[in-house]
Amino acid sequence: MTETLERPAAAQAAEAEAADIVARALAHLPDRVTPEGTLGPRRAVGAMLQYTLAELSRAGRGGDKIPHPPKDALDGIPMSQRRAEPPALPELNEPEVIRHFVNLSHLNYSVDGGFYPLGSCTMKYNPKINEWAARLPGFAALHPLAPDAASQGTLELLFELQEMLAEISGMDAVTLQPAAGAHGELTGILLIRAYHLSRGDTERQEVIVPDSSHGTNPATASMAGFRTVTVPSAPDGGVDLDALRAALGPKTAAVMLTNPSTLGLFERRIHELLDAVHDAGALAYMDGANMNAVLGKFRPGSAGFDVMHFNLHKTFSTPHGGGGPGAGPVAVRKHLAPFLPSPMIVRDDDGSYRLEREAERPASIGRVRAYQGSAGVLVRAYTYIRAHGGSGLVEVSEDAVLAANYLRKRVGEAYELPYDGPCKHEFVATARPLRDATGIRTLDVAKRLIDYGYHPPTIYFPLIVDECLLIEPTETESLETLDAFADALLAIADEARHSPELIHAAPVTAPVRRLDEATAARKPELHWRPMTGAETPCPS
Amino acid sequence: MPYGPHTTDDRALMLAALGIDSVAVLFEDIPASVRANGLDLPPPEPELLLSHRLERLAARNQVGLAGFLGAGVYRHFIPAAVDQVVSRGEFYTAYTPYQPEVSQGTLQTIFEYQSLLAELTGLPVVSASHYDGAAATAEAALMTIRATGRDRVLVSRAVHRHYVDTTRTYLSGGRHRLEELPTNPDGTTDLGALERALSEGEPVAGVMLGQPNAFGVLEEMAEAARLTHGAGARFVAIVEPVSLAVLATPGEYGADIAAGEGQPLGISPQYGGPYLGVLATTQELIRQIPGRLVGRTLDLEGRRAYVMTLRAREQDIRRDKAASNICTNQALCALAATTYLAVIGPHGLRDVAAGGAAAARRLEKALAAAGAPRLHSAPYLNEFCVRVPDARRVHGELLDRGVLAGLALARWYPDDPELSDALLVCATEVTTHEEIERFATALGEVLA
Repeated sequence: MTETLERPAAAQAAEAEAADIVARALAHLPDRVTPEGTLGPRRAVGAMLQYTLAELSRAGRGGDKIPHPPKDALDGIPMSQRRAEPPALPELNEPEVIRHFVNLSHLNYSVDGGFYPLGSCTMKYNPKINEWAARLPGFAALHPLAPDAASQGTLELLFELQEMLAEISGMDAVTLQPAAGAHGELTGILLIRAYHLSRGDTERQEVIVPDSSHGTNPATASMAGFRTVTVPSAPDGGVDLDALRAALGPKTAAVMLTNPSTLGLFERRIHELLDAVHDAGALAYMDGANMNAVLGKFRPGSAGFDVMHFNLHKTFSTPHGGGGPGAGPVAVRKHLAPFLPSPMIVRDDDGSYRLEREAERPASIGRVRAYQGSAGVLVRAYTYIRAHGGSGLVEVSEDAVLAANYLRKRVGEAYELPYDGPCKHEFVATARPLRDATGIRTLDVAKRLIDYGYHPPTIYFPLIVDECLLIEPTETESLETLDAFADALLAIADEARHSPELIHAAPVTAPVRRLDEATAARKPELHWRPMTGAETPCPS
Repeated sequence: MPYGPHTTDDRALMLAALGIDSVAVLFEDIPASVRANGLDLPPPEPELLLSHRLERLAARNQVGLAGFLGAGVYRHFIPAAVDQVVSRGEFYTAYTPYQPEVSQGTLQTIFEYQSLLAELTGLPVVSASHYDGAAATAEAALMTIRATGRDRVLVSRAVHRHYVDTTRTYLSGGRHRLEELPTNPDGTTDLGALERALSEGEPVAGVMLGQPNAFGVLEEMAEAARLTHGAGARFVAIVEPVSLAVLATPGEYGADIAAGEGQPLGISPQYGGPYLGVLATTQELIRQIPGRLVGRTLDLEGRRAYVMTLRAREQDIRRDKAASNICTNQALCALAATTYLAVIGPHGLRDVAAGGAAAARRLEKALAAAGAPRLHSAPYLNEFCVRVPDARRVHGELLDRGVLAGLALARWYPDDPELSDALLVCATEVTTHEEIERFATALGEVLA
């Protein structure tokens, strides 16, 4: 059962040469110097890889976390309704389980561990009080169907959060239900659909998105039954207004804009854009993924957007969790409020809070999930907003934008910046000239950044910039970190010119080297092999 | 700003590097007419005061009741190891593993989650997670539509109401139709009605039943699957994962898709989430499943490693042709479930399921003796309905006595006179004899 984790390479000579490059790629990394000396060599590849839980399993280990039920506990279940074999779950004792996951955790790069300038994802520090708050038993143990009288604390918090997000967005009403940004998009587009239909406007079957948009925008439009129309960007990175006007018409239901855009640019022609959208009878949707740039600086509802979603896991610091959970509340102006998912959280005249009753708002699009929202995530975002207050949130955006512009200037010393500044909270750079001169691509630069101790930025997105790097430093990174990261990018550009083989070899300090993704897709292996013989747990 | 690193000097240095004297210059690209001037929100709150505010709010929730409320979310014992693992910053503050070389921890845990849920469901392909049981169910309905090219989905009325409502919302954008199947007096879905619905009208894409269903009752899943397949439609089982330690698996009774809520696997109720949408399917439908999938591969030196795979189904690659718009999922909740299953083990999970069943049988006897007999006759695992006159009033009076008496089903089925007198109650391994005694005694007083 113990497959070896390392495999001898076939050709000795090729192996020796590869090893030499790896050694040189390691040696070429700068020492991390401290006042007391250097920190010594970086970690070697491979040493920390872990067996799976199935491989660690031994029949008879673990158990006894809960009392054994009586032998006849299942007598009421007909044999025809029972499973034939007990599930072959692994058997481990608790210390092994902890060691397994602690060691696995070490294989991850995280915000708590280092700089994570993943553009469009706002990888800011996640305050620890948020975690403490969400785990308070009063919040954590509350059943989602508990009567309103038993849920006043959480209801009050959620009601306040609805109000705070309405203020931040300049909108009139907020639903906290959506579980993620894309889920918020789906909710928002279904609201727009309901709005048009309520006016007898049945011919609007198209949603317009710019070519710089997140992939979730067109995917959302399809899911909601619309056809996607893509409009190009203008040379300055903004939406091409003439192309938008040409695309707009009586079939347009909505235009989905990300503002600031995925290029990190504020849409300077926002007035003209919104006027054009509304003149065509369509509604304007704002993808709020980039709100971290404009808190207290730009309120989408006041400016004329009809609906937007927030990404609480970006702007409001709730953890990204290796891919989730997030939360994607949706804010709307008055004319869309009747259609919001039910239930909303309302305050009655006596000051008590409650969930809307079934069918209280008949025009609602209905539910987009079970219960009323990911309250555990919402508690964290509430805590973050309270900790900062209005003035602190404005500082968040100012510092995020200042850091991005500073880093942009530094990175511009060696990489091309395809758009004029200033940027907002993130910026686009391109390795196109580097590729043309040296053959080193953005992917290679990203992998080499890992060796220098950084998580790579978002790469190859937005799709409209060749060899794109989308870099978002956030407001919680120090000047020293920003400088060190810029120095690393500059050093890599230098390596590209003088010893590109070192970059092609990268990463050489990560737990694994570059992966064979093609084979993984051609012959997908999505679970460990079934356990057999001695590995299978004893039937009960 | 409580978490910012910049000193006044730092800011000055950055501004000087940019050749500007104020950060306001960086916001001049926002047209003056739409530029906002701050936010009308409360002032910043120091952590000391904020922690008090949060404690006060949390204390206003009543969580110490004798609780018999399930209806899709269940109180279970969560071993301390689970929270210790998911609290690790290395898992907490990483994101989607776009760079697999530095994300092997997250990728391997997702792979292990997929493996464990494949074992529980008896289906080989498990997605990395969806938002919750309702969203997973809605995605399952859409999968049946894509797989068959048909537009009509049948769902039992004894499926969780929120799942049915969510599926209806998800399907509202297209030409798709969602129809409900009636139930028998014993609490199971009327399979005769299913057979008729399959043979009449437009061809059916998918049929969805819960196991256990929303009344806690066990359905005849194998027969429902057989009828469904006979009409060329796909069968979706909506499952509760702890029950799969003892109940026949979706794989065994021929389901094409299993969807469900993973919350019982080590995740707190939290007033609605974050939870864990479980979605599993057969090898045949692998290209129809939405969301992330993690596969095993090798690095260029032959080390075993994991990577997101079959990405051509996803929104960032396929845009408007993607299988779903899902991007962020619930990976951390999947890690909690993985840790829970690793710590509790196969025998422990069986004990959790059987312990709930044993407590539920005691509860059934005690409530019947207090004047609230069971409503249905079909077998159940750990959740069931009892008949109580004027159930909503009784539910309220029991709350005053410190008992959370499940769910008054009139909330979910307001138009059904059969269910106006019904309480849906559950027990799990954490339900004590004392709590059952308290419920029965209070019920006796209220009914007297």
